[in-house]
Amino acid sequence: MRLYFKFFSIHFRSAMTYRASFFLSCLGHLLIGVNVFLSVVFLLDRFEAVSGYTLPQLSLCYAVILAATSLAECFGRGFDAFTRILAQAQFDRIMLRPRSLFFQVICQDMKPTMFARLLQAAVMLVWAVGAGAVTWTPGKALVLALMILCGSAIFFGLFLINACICFFTLEHVEALNIFTDGPREYGKYPFGIYGKPVLLVLTFLVPLALVQHWPLQYLFDRGPSWYGLLPIASLLFLVPCALLWRLGVRHYCSTGS
Amino acid sequence: MGKYWSFFKMRLMAGLQYRAAALAGMSTQFVWGTMEILLYRAFWLEAPERFPMGMEALSAYIWLQQAFLTLFALWNWENDIVESVKTGAVSYELLRPTDIYSMWMARSIANRLARAALRMIPVIAVASFIPAPYGLRLRVSPAVFGLFLASMALMVLVVCAYSLFVYSLTFYLTDPNGIMVLSVAAADLLGGAVVPLPFLPDGLRQFAALTPFASMQNVPLRIFSGDITLPEIPGVMGLQVFWIVTLISAGYLLTKNGLRRAVILGG
Amino acid sequence: MIEMKGICKTYRVRRREAGLGNALKSLFSQEYTEIPALRDMTFTIPDGQILGYIGPNGAGKSTTIKILSGILRPDSGTCIVDGLTPWEDRKRHVARLGVVFGQRSQLWWDVPVRESFDLLRDIYRVPGGVYRENLDRLTTLLDLGDLLKTPARMLSLGQRMRCEIAAALLHGPKVLFLDEPTIGLDAVSKLKVREFILEQNRLCGTTVLLTTHDMQDIDALCSRVLLIGKGQLLLDGDTAQIRAMAGENLSTEESVADLYRRFGI
Repeated sequence: MRLYFKFFSIHFRSAMTYRASFFLSCLGHLLIGVNVFLSVVFLLDRFEAVSGYTLPQLSLCYAVILAATSLAECFGRGFDAFTRILAQAQFDRIMLRPRSLFFQVICQDMKPTMFARLLQAAVMLVWAVGAGAVTWTPGKALVLALMILCGSAIFFGLFLINACICFFTLEHVEALNIFTDGPREYGKYPFGIYGKPVLLVLTFLVPLALVQHWPLQYLFDRGPSWYGLLPIASLLFLVPCALLWRLGVRHYCSTGS
Repeated sequence: MGKYWSFFKMRLMAGLQYRAAALAGMSTQFVWGTMEILLYRAFWLEAPERFPMGMEALSAYIWLQQAFLTLFALWNWENDIVESVKTGAVSYELLRPTDIYSMWMARSIANRLARAALRMIPVIAVASFIPAPYGLRLRVSPAVFGLFLASMALMVLVVCAYSLFVYSLTFYLTDPNGIMVLSVAAADLLGGAVVPLPFLPDGLRQFAALTPFASMQNVPLRIFSGDITLPEIPGVMGLQVFWIVTLISAGYLLTKNGLRRAVILGG
Repeated sequence: MIEMKGICKTYRVRRREAGLGNALKSLFSQEYTEIPALRDMTFTIPDGQILGYIGPNGAGKSTTIKILSGILRPDSGTCIVDGLTPWEDRKRHVARLGVVFGQRSQLWWDVPVRESFDLLRDIYRVPGGVYRENLDRLTTLLDLGDLLKTPARMLSLGQRMRCEIAAALLHGPKVLFLDEPTIGLDAVSKLKVREFILEQNRLCGTTVLLTTHDMQDIDALCSRVLLIGKGQLLLDGDTAQIRAMAGENLSTEESVADLYRRFGI
């Protein structure tokens, strides 16, 4: 853990060497996130509610997804940008060091600019709470934290899958962005509003609805309380991800690059 | 003119090489379009009377938006142009007997067309088979369709002229990235990417319509979907022409002057 | 002690033909071309030796290095480095190994070299006392001094190479692999690097495996040379033997070129 923070500090200071571009890309991330939320604001301004959700509730919903993705992107950046690690033969270097490969890939690359979006998520969350999106109980607060943590774990797993596929293709498979970039943008609404097929895919295939749509039903008093525990079930998704990672590493060791 | 044309062809061919990227792009574009339509559908089912444009028109708008994304997306900057200005390498361009602004223009247009050419066909083809009101249908007269094509061409010019205007500012700024980041965000908001312009609240909507960003995707997409009607077309296309003239003049002068400065300063 | 016995490695390279049709076809059926990289490679390196590993491009040098360092798993054969099989026992093996690639950096680009070193200390879990001792010794021998405060991206190639070598030795490895360590260096830096390698070998008894195209490196450093071509060991001897084989009064460089021609590699 101490080593992880050392790496983090190195990445952070590297980023600060190019201070202007660091702040500009923070600004860029922030503006994109704000624009996404503005689209919700404009539509809610016109329609007042959608499928029974109010603006503060949607703000809470997007804050959860935003926080989960930016945490995953900040800390799982090494897997997200894995093609670069392979292309620059950094993975060979990683294998030459006496630490776990998985841990080293995480340390290889981090994206501190993501804090801008984390900040936005925090602001939206505070506003949503202040505007009375939820009638709070300690249990609900716990569920909210679970949603964010398990959400970032799922996104992390998705990055991991992307990276594993890179072992075989050696290039980034763009079509996989559907499951990373897509939910980051469309997670601004509870996945249920996109209709049943989408909700089913995101419940059973890529279980993002388990950290967003279903526990939200519990938070907004629209569903039973066991929905609040579903984020924990979503972690099962990480099992195949981890297996795929081992498979990828084995493949790399027997082929080189 | 001939040399710009051959340069243009060269770029176009180079861009068409990236089949795999185009293939992947298509599938993501298709998913984005579907999600976008499902999203608006939820609002439409809730309160169709509050919809500022018809669901059919909106569907057409969204599918064309996905099909032509790479044609108008401002974030498709030519980073090597910016780099060459920043490092001063641009002075070497003076060794060639070409006008640098026209060269950049030919190149930007070619890059955008090449990227869009491969992606648009399958998206359009698939979208036209989706049942109404969620699919892509041509619902306007042939005359209006002709005007749509013309305004598409104008749109490409507006986008490229705007990009070149930003590149030309690079001569005077230490880091153009700030302008680029802000431009992309402004274009998303005011140009109809965040929500189509009719969905913007009063005040902001009228203001957005006057900006150069509204002369980009907003105009041709809404002409095609029939949301901008025939009597309104001359006005919006006139505004497109106005922005083309303004941005090209500004960009051209800034580039000329900037190059002169760069040469005097010695790169 | 490094022992390689009967190591074979064949790469399977995916054949891909141009055209959209072929691209689609390749989704379902893949055609492979087999490229043998190493064929029955066998040799032993005793502790404390400086060994030159030479051969033309594509001879299998980097495949050997990759297998010895545990990055690559061979198809068959055994390889034992100080009692461990590199690809089976990766973590324990690499903790005792230092590797320098002449063409790639292991330093973090934007932070002072000293901080990269500190980070490596933590990665390799080097005890504080040992680390300080090693760092002091390397700083003196490689004349690092002020370089430690400079970010890696601002170093000249020669300066950077000295820092790279130091970085590979901070944890006091018993075995050092040097992959073209003098490539692109100026005369002064080359001499400094060579001098240091000899010194390190003499003082610490480090086993050094050196791949290079620079025969002056070989002349200056190596007591033994392995010449390989097309994945096979062609010659095992010292520079005098190589020169003797080529006959006449040729330099090592000319002799090696002559041997390459003679072996048809």
